[in-house]
Amino acid sequence: MLDALTIAVSATALLLASWCGFAAFRDQPTKDWHFIGMALVAVLALVQLVIGVVKLTGGEKPVDGTTIFVAYLIGAACTVPAAGFMSLTERTRWGSAIVAAGGVILAVLEVRLHDIWGGISA
Amino acid sequence: MPETAKDATAPAAAGRGIGRGPGRLLLSLYGVFTVAALSRAIVQISMQFDQAPLAYLLSLLAGVVYAVITVALWRGGESARKVALVSCALELAGVLTVGTLTLVDSGAFPDQTVWSDYGMGYLFLPVVVPVTGLLWLRRPARPQQAPGS
Repeated sequence: MLDALTIAVSATALLLASWCGFAAFRDQPTKDWHFIGMALVAVLALVQLVIGVVKLTGGEKPVDGTTIFVAYLIGAACTVPAAGFMSLTERTRWGSAIVAAGGVILAVLEVRLHDIWGGISA
Repeated sequence: MPETAKDATAPAAAGRGIGRGPGRLLLSLYGVFTVAALSRAIVQISMQFDQAPLAYLLSLLAGVVYAVITVALWRGGESARKVALVSCALELAGVLTVGTLTLVDSGAFPDQTVWSDYGMGYLFLPVVVPVTGLLWLRRPARPQQAPGS
């Protein structure tokens, strides 16, 4: 379940990154549709946070420790909302570039999360 | 933004402009770096400081430098630009020094830092971003005026 979510979050984050990267390339700020996309990715990351915590309370232990796992879960959940907020304050192509960077960062966080959890399928 | 009246006389793009446009992207990246480096350092120092004190203190230093740059970019103005410029140079020196040391003498660093192997664990961003920052911050806000201090 966690693995499926990790893949889903990574894939949508990279899609968001390329979509907003394209907008930046075309000299466009983020638009409503971009924010809907960000909301989708953010909700997925939030669901991941909830499921991750539920798994922890169920007694499962991440290989690299609970603290780091939870920190990465929270970081992953905050990344896209933070990028979206920053892009609201910068209504140029650079606002789109910020969201693109946020998407890539989230994908990297997901890889790390996978390692921290232990890389075994659940 | 409650900056001084001195800035209001400057051209709109100058000084405070360091946090706008491409600077906003830099600001966002440094914000992420600050959170990442500081939280990592705090966790490591509080839980396993004895394992690699030097590495963890370096991570903490990196986090502080990132925080300074983030705040400077956010505030804007000519003095903030100088602070950010110096901090970026410090950051670049740090990542180059630590990166080289970790390759030459890996025994000195039993655990990873943000700056290990030139920031390879972070997509080399720790070495790319300060260079970008230095280029971005290089131009003075008001070239016709000599620096005050």
